[in-house]
Amino acid sequence: MSRYLWPLGLFLVLVGFLAVGLGLDPREVPSPLINKPAPAFKAPTLHEAGKVIAKQDLAGKVWILNVWASWCGACRDEHPILVEFAKRSQVPIYGLNYKDQRADGLGWLQKMGNPYVESVFDADGRIGIDYGVYGVPETFIIDGAGVIRYKHIGPITPESLRTKIEPVLRQLHG
Amino acid sequence: MIPELGHFLLIVALAVALIQGVLPLWGAQKGRADWMVLARPMAWLQALLVVAAFACLMASFIRHDFSVLYVASNSNSALPLAYRIAGVWGGHEGSLLLWMLMLNVWSVAVASFSSRLPLPFIARILGVLGLVAAGFLLFMLATSNPFDRLIPAAADGRDLNPLLQDPGMVAHPPMLYMGYVGFSVAYAFAVAALLGGNLDAAWARWTRPWTTAAWIFLTFGIGLGSWWAYNELGWGGWWFWDPVENASFMPWLAGTALIHSLAVTEKRGGFKVWTVLLALLAFSLSLLGTFLVRSGVLSSVHAFATDPRRGLFILAFLVLVIGSSLMLFAWRAPKVGLGQRFGLFSRESMLLVNNMMLAVSCGAVLLGTLYPLFVDAMGMGKISVGPPYFDTVFGLLMAPLVLVMGVGVLVRWKHDEAGPLLRRLVLPAVVVLVVALAVGSLAGKVSVVATGGLMMAFWIVSSIWMDLKPRIWPQGSTLGQVPARARLLPRALVGMMVAHLGVAVFAFGVTMVKTYETERDVKMGANDSTEVAGYGFRMLGVRDVPGPNYAAAQATIEVSRGGKVIATLQPEKRIYRVQQNPMTEAAVDTNLLRDLYVSMGERLPTGEWVVRVQIKPFISWIWWGCLVMMFGGFLAMTDRRYRPRKATQAAAAGAVQQGAA
Repeated sequence: MSRYLWPLGLFLVLVGFLAVGLGLDPREVPSPLINKPAPAFKAPTLHEAGKVIAKQDLAGKVWILNVWASWCGACRDEHPILVEFAKRSQVPIYGLNYKDQRADGLGWLQKMGNPYVESVFDADGRIGIDYGVYGVPETFIIDGAGVIRYKHIGPITPESLRTKIEPVLRQLHG
Repeated sequence: MIPELGHFLLIVALAVALIQGVLPLWGAQKGRADWMVLARPMAWLQALLVVAAFACLMASFIRHDFSVLYVASNSNSALPLAYRIAGVWGGHEGSLLLWMLMLNVWSVAVASFSSRLPLPFIARILGVLGLVAAGFLLFMLATSNPFDRLIPAAADGRDLNPLLQDPGMVAHPPMLYMGYVGFSVAYAFAVAALLGGNLDAAWARWTRPWTTAAWIFLTFGIGLGSWWAYNELGWGGWWFWDPVENASFMPWLAGTALIHSLAVTEKRGGFKVWTVLLALLAFSLSLLGTFLVRSGVLSSVHAFATDPRRGLFILAFLVLVIGSSLMLFAWRAPKVGLGQRFGLFSRESMLLVNNMMLAVSCGAVLLGTLYPLFVDAMGMGKISVGPPYFDTVFGLLMAPLVLVMGVGVLVRWKHDEAGPLLRRLVLPAVVVLVVALAVGSLAGKVSVVATGGLMMAFWIVSSIWMDLKPRIWPQGSTLGQVPARARLLPRALVGMMVAHLGVAVFAFGVTMVKTYETERDVKMGANDSTEVAGYGFRMLGVRDVPGPNYAAAQATIEVSRGGKVIATLQPEKRIYRVQQNPMTEAAVDTNLLRDLYVSMGERLPTGEWVVRVQIKPFISWIWWGCLVMMFGGFLAMTDRRYRPRKATQAAAAGAVQQGAA
C-alpha cells in the first residue's frame, strides 16, 4: 500500500506550503535597508551608454527609485500608474532597468511611456543585488541625505500610491 | 427582494446538495435502492435552484440594483447590457456562482445520459458531485455571498473592470469553467469506481466521453482566453505563463494525459491505477487553480481581490476533497491489479511515454508556478519565474512528446516489431527535415528552434498520412475507392487524427509567429507613413470617439501593399470613465497567412502618437489549431460506441475497432 500513499504525501507537503503561503503577502517584505544609507552605484544610463549616473548626483533631494524590466509582467500593470504619477508629482523618479537588454528596455519605454528622469542600466543586476531586490518591480523612496525611507515590493497600485507612498513623500517634504 | 430570494435559493440549494451528497452514497454502501434513486431528482432540483439564483443575480445587474454590493462593485449605470450580463461573472463572488452553475449543468447531464449505468454507480457519482457542490455552496454562503447588500445603496457602480469589457470575455469564463468543472465528472467516476471496486474497462468506456467533453470546453476556454489577451491587452502576445493561465493549463495537460491513458484502460485494461490517479489529479488541479486565483498566495494579472478567510476556506476544502480521494486511492488502488502485459515496443509503451511527458510537463508548470511560493514559504526571499523558464522547459519536453505522437499511432497494441516500422519512418523523417528547412529558407531565416518547431508540425502530419493511407488507399486499390473506405473509418480514429492534426496546426502557428514576427514602434501624426515587411501603414488621422462608458482616441490607419490599399485599421486608446484606466484596443486585420496588428501607445506632447505595428505570420493558426483539436475531440466523443442506444451492439463495435486511441 505504501507506494500508493505517495500522491497523498506529496499533496500534504503542497498543502503545507500553501498554508504557509496564505500567511505571507506576496507583495510585502520588510527590508533590512530601511533607514540605512542607500547603496552607492555608478552606472551608465539606459538611454546613453556613455553617460554615467551615480548615487551622489542625486544627493540633496527626495527621489524615487523604481526597479523595472521589460521582461517583467507585473511592471506592465504598474507602468501606467507611474507614468500618471510622474506627470503630477514633483518627486523625480529614477528607474533601475534590471537585468534587461538595452534595446528591449528602450523599446518598452517608447511604447509604454517614460516616467523616469533617467534609468540606470543594470544589465548584470549588480546594483539590484546591493539594493536587495527580490523580484521586479520594487520601489524605494530615498531622502535628501541618501537614506532609504520606504520600500515597496510588487507593482504599485493607485491604492498603495495613495495610502503608502504619498504619505511618506509628504512626511519627507515636511 | 430579488437579492434576498437569490440568497435564500442558495441556502436551499446547499440543503439539497447535502442530501444529494449523503443519502445516495450511503444508500450505495448499504444497498438501499430507495436512497440511491434520490440522486437524480436531487441533482435536477439543485440545478433548478442554482439556475434561479443565477437569474436573480443577473436581474440585479440588469436592473442596476446598486444596493447589492457585488453589483455596485462590478457594474455601472452606463455599462451596456451585454457587459451587465457578463458582469455577473466579472468578479470573485459571481464567478463562483457561475462555477456552481456549470457544476450543476454537468451533474444534470450525467443524471440524464446515464441510463446504462448501474444504479449504485450513478448514485455514487452524483453523490460525489453533490458533496463537491455542497462545499462550493458553503464557501459561497460563508465567505463570498454575491447577494450581500450595500446599505445605503451606492449612487452608481464602480464599473466592470475595463479589461473584461470585450466580447471574448463574455464567453471566456463560462467555457473555461465548463472545462474546469467538467473534470469533476471524471473525478466523480473515479471516486465512485474506487468505492464500488469496479475499476474496469467498462468504467473507462463510461468515463471517456465525459473526459473528452470537459477537455473540449477547457481547450476552447483556454484558446478563447489567449485570443482575448491578444486582442485586448494590446501588445500582441498570446500566452504569458501567468499563474492564472498556468492554473488552467495544468488541468488541460492532466486531462490530455487522462484521455490517452483511458484509451489504454478501455482497450487493454492496462494503466488502471495510473488512469484513476490522473482522473483524480485533473480535477484536483482545477481546484488548485481556484485556490491560486482566489486566495492571493500568488500575485497575478487576473487574480481576484483577496480575503484571507477565503484562502483558508478553499485550502480546507482542497484538503477534504483531494486529500480524501487520495486516501481512498491509497486504500483501494492496491486491490485493482495490473492490466495485461505489453511489449517494450507497443502502442501501450508509446502511450506510457506520452503520459510521462505530459505528467512531467504538468509538473514543470506546477513547479514554475509555485516556485516563488515555495521559496517565500521557506523564508528564502521572493522571486518570480518568467517565460524564459517555461518556454525552454516546455519546448524541450514537447519535442519527445511529438516524436512519440508520430510513432505511437503507427504501433500496434500489445507488441510490435520496432525494426521494420523504424525503417519505414526513415524516409518521412528525411522529408520532414527537408521540408522544414525549405519552409524556413522560404520564410527568410533558418534557425534551430524554428526548424525544430516546423519538424514537429510536419512530423505529425506525415504520421497521420502514414496511418491513414493504408486504411483508405491500400496498395492495389484505386483512387475512386478512397471515399468509400474513408466513410468506413471509425469515428474515434478520425477524431484522434483530427486532434493530432490540430496539434500540428498549433505547433506550426507558434513556430512561425515566434520566429518570423516583426514589430516596429513608430511615431505617427496625420499623414505619416511607415513600412514594415512590405506593408505600408499610413495614419489618416486620430479623432475622439465617445463610447457608452469611456472616451476613446481612435486612429485610422490605412494599410497598403504594392500600392494597393488592403485594409483600414482603427485602433483605439480608451479611458474608462469610472476606473480611469487606459485600455488599448488593438486593431487587427487577419487572414490565414498573417495578422496585421496595430495598437496605440502613448500620445506625445507634440500631438503625435506612438503606434506599434506588428506583422504576425500565421498567428491565427494557433487558435485554429485549438479549434481543430476540439473538433477532433468532438468526433472521438461521439463515436458510436459511446451512444446510449443499442448498448450491446456498441460494445461489440468497440471491441472490433482497432487503433483508435
